[in-house]
Amino acid sequence: MADCGEPDGPGNKDDITRSKNEGKELSKEEKQRLRKQKKQQKKQKERKNEKSETEKEKTPVSLLPPPRPVATQKAPSALPAPASAPIPVPASAPFHSSPAPSPADKPAKSKAELKAERRARQETDRAAKQPGSSSSGIKTKVPLSELNPVVKRLPEHVQVDDPAVVKRLAKKLERQQIPLRSDYGYKVSLFSHLHQYSRKAPLTQQLSIPSTVIHPSIVRLGLQYSQGIVAGSNARSVALLHAFKQVIRDYTTPPNEELSRDLVNKLKPYISFLNQCRPLSASMGNAIKYIKKEISNIPSQCKEEEAKTKLLTCIDRYIEEKIVLAAKAISKYAIEKISDGDVILVYGCSSLVNNILCEAFEKSRKFRVIVVDSRPRLEGREALRRLVQRGISCTYVLISALSYILPEVSKVFLGAHALLANGYVMSRVGTSQIALVARTFNVPVLVCCETYKFCEKVQTDSFVSNELDDPDDLMVTRKGKTQLENWQDVSSLGLLNLVYDVTPPDFVDLVITDLGMIPCTSVPVVLRVKNLDQ
Amino acid sequence: MELQAVLMAAGGGSRMMDLTYNTPKPLLPVGNKPLIWYPLNLLERVGFEEVIVITTKEVQKMISTDPKVKLDVKMKLDLVCIQEDADMGTADALRHIQQKVKTDVLVVSCDLITDAALHEVVDLFRAHNATLSMLMSKAHEFTETVPGQKGKKKTGEQRDFVGVDDTGKRLLFMANEADLDEGVVIRKSIMRKHPRMHIKTGLVDAHLYCLKKSVVDFLADNKSISSIRGELVPYLVRKQFSKSTNSPKVIDETHQNLKKNDSNVNLEIQISSRDEELLHLTQERSCWNDHRGDMSDAYHGGRLRCYVHIMDEGICYRVNTLAAYIEANRLAPKLFDEPAVHPSAVVSERCLIGADSIIGASCQISDKTSIKRSTIGVSTTVREKVKVTNSIIMHGVTIEEGCNIQGSVICSNAVIGRGADIKYCLVGSAQRIEPDAESTNEVIVGTDQLMEI
Repeated sequence: MADCGEPDGPGNKDDITRSKNEGKELSKEEKQRLRKQKKQQKKQKERKNEKSETEKEKTPVSLLPPPRPVATQKAPSALPAPASAPIPVPASAPFHSSPAPSPADKPAKSKAELKAERRARQETDRAAKQPGSSSSGIKTKVPLSELNPVVKRLPEHVQVDDPAVVKRLAKKLERQQIPLRSDYGYKVSLFSHLHQYSRKAPLTQQLSIPSTVIHPSIVRLGLQYSQGIVAGSNARSVALLHAFKQVIRDYTTPPNEELSRDLVNKLKPYISFLNQCRPLSASMGNAIKYIKKEISNIPSQCKEEEAKTKLLTCIDRYIEEKIVLAAKAISKYAIEKISDGDVILVYGCSSLVNNILCEAFEKSRKFRVIVVDSRPRLEGREALRRLVQRGISCTYVLISALSYILPEVSKVFLGAHALLANGYVMSRVGTSQIALVARTFNVPVLVCCETYKFCEKVQTDSFVSNELDDPDDLMVTRKGKTQLENWQDVSSLGLLNLVYDVTPPDFVDLVITDLGMIPCTSVPVVLRVKNLDQ
Repeated sequence: MELQAVLMAAGGGSRMMDLTYNTPKPLLPVGNKPLIWYPLNLLERVGFEEVIVITTKEVQKMISTDPKVKLDVKMKLDLVCIQEDADMGTADALRHIQQKVKTDVLVVSCDLITDAALHEVVDLFRAHNATLSMLMSKAHEFTETVPGQKGKKKTGEQRDFVGVDDTGKRLLFMANEADLDEGVVIRKSIMRKHPRMHIKTGLVDAHLYCLKKSVVDFLADNKSISSIRGELVPYLVRKQFSKSTNSPKVIDETHQNLKKNDSNVNLEIQISSRDEELLHLTQERSCWNDHRGDMSDAYHGGRLRCYVHIMDEGICYRVNTLAAYIEANRLAPKLFDEPAVHPSAVVSERCLIGADSIIGASCQISDKTSIKRSTIGVSTTVREKVKVTNSIIMHGVTIEEGCNIQGSVICSNAVIGRGADIKYCLVGSAQRIEPDAESTNEVIVGTDQLMEI
């Protein structure tokens, strides 16, 4: 760890020697503390000009308290996200504040006096930072609560069983004049923290018919989402951007408002509405972030017409680059991986994978495809239709026949809904099974995903954040009889219709993106590069 | 704006001339409210703020003075008058207001009484980007005896054949018995695309249509179509499957032609073509199909789509015959929450008023009268010892003592003399029934009206 200036010199050494004497239990803590100290020193140098000279006196204070708060600091720092790694630990900032000046003062005072001074200063600091908490018993809590701004709050859509959160959501929707969609049916207890809606109760029931609050194209989009007419990550994003184009075209800046701020505010209720119709996908989230950024970057002196055309071209460019061209690039890379005589397994209907296979077929690669399908969506039928229409020879099985058919397979191509920051692949439910069984049979698994679907979320299981579809979809009518017709009356029966699941990176051999072919664990690198670019 | 509402109130009520020769159909009282109030209330409840009402001058005058319409309806009514004698069909009327139509339209007929959930119809229109979306309902048998009906009910009502696909939403075939020569002819192209079709005959067309703006523009160019229900709808349903309809040339071309006259044409065409590309990209990437089993894309690649929402339960009546009028009067009170007896009516204590009767404003009901399952209009005077059962009494009627009225319709301003016994009759407007007259199953109208027929 490069030391910048070592202003804390003598104090540090004292501490380290002390800890060495006390035993090696504190060594890890000490190392962490050292690291943090160094980081703070770096931050400090920026803050030196601001802080008053009284801060200088706090340096001696910094020595003792660290051992205790360090323990508590460690716990929160282990919290999610590589993003939170450079925890500034503002709590300890005052402790380590400006050790640079006056190291010379330290030897002048005795240890007991130093301790007393430190404690006094800590108290004043805490009193200043948190009016009301004065007792020393809150010492351990203080660093935590000051760390809270770094800890992200749980999104409301995974806290549906918490009535306070639901009330907050209802209030927010009421403010935006969007109707609240009520949950339907009994939820399996493991997933009771997620929303579950019924397709037969559309949100438009509670809207006025010539919809004035919400732009008509957004209402149409919401309907198409909830009825499943627009399904699939890419299709949903393109449809969303298309609807936003119409919104922007019909938008007029009210007087005394700026387009860059007002338009973003106008889009917020639409996004809530779409979220109520169907939870937003990761690709949609990224698209929305991009648009909001573009809108807020519009200079205030820009005329409205000019601004609107600029936004429309931005959207067109985004679609062209991130979706259309990305698909072409991915096909180019993927075709290198397809050799003659291959037997390729695909699951469900991924627009990207279908695209790749069709292009490969056009480039005269000889291969055949096995389409694996699963209930209740049975999307594989649509994939099958599109591939057979082009002339590719296909086999169709249900997922229960997977281990029967895998010995024939040479490669597995999977599409993804999103790629998470820890390398996990979020895709249609059943994908992780396919990857698992393929791994057992030593069949390579290749995931195809555009970079705009990479998201900063981290998930290791499919429970915390998922989507529950309409449970009535699981009912099947054969020969006029529907066995599950009255499933709500059976108190011990719950129907679960999950939409997504996460595949660990150990099962994925390669991810083909428009940036190239990368291993699954390189996703955070791509995210970092993307963030730097922007 | 998403949708504009157009209310067709210029019809003459040709199938119930006895009722409408004096009162125009939109103003016939049903449950003591003018008939036009019901569709207006429906539109208002759903959230419309403006309605274009196409009507005749006479009706316009009466509407502006009618308190019910003026006070209860909060929407802005844009009354467009057309000549009464011009014999305009509904499509002609739409053509007449083409300049006012700026977006897609919702066409409603003034004689529709329903509590349907309109969002079902409009959702089909929105979600599938349909050209036409309409409402139909299962027909209920009329149970009330119709006054003036001699003998069996004539089955002159021609049946409508409606063909829907397996989901029950897509409209595949529509024809009226009158237009078919020998049998129902279904084209092979339809059967190839939709092998399972359900053909229904017992449906009532509510005459509520959601039409795209391009259809109105198309009407402007095709002056031969004069009725929406009779000609336009079957035409559109047929056009879904016509060979040239991978781009419905007729409708699109006229749309393009109209645009050519506009100076901003290039921009608009560019916009619409780029948007089309995006929509096409969306459909291509979406893993949804509306049918399965064959090799074609969603909607079979067709651009023109017609949808129908068929109501199973609920009230849906078109008041265009006498039987429907009577039935509607029976059921109308269920649609709104007003007290059965209007507060301003003077009702004496010793009369029996059944729970399902409606007494209008400023009525005077005297002692010892019995009113069961009936509707008494505004400003009607009912003297002592009168028995009114199962009847509809309109406004301004005077019923003298001792009368017995059963299953009849008494139009406005009629006077029923003392002791008259009226059973299953229709008494025309401003007619006088002699005292002690006994009529059963008759239509009593003025002699000048008889000449018209």
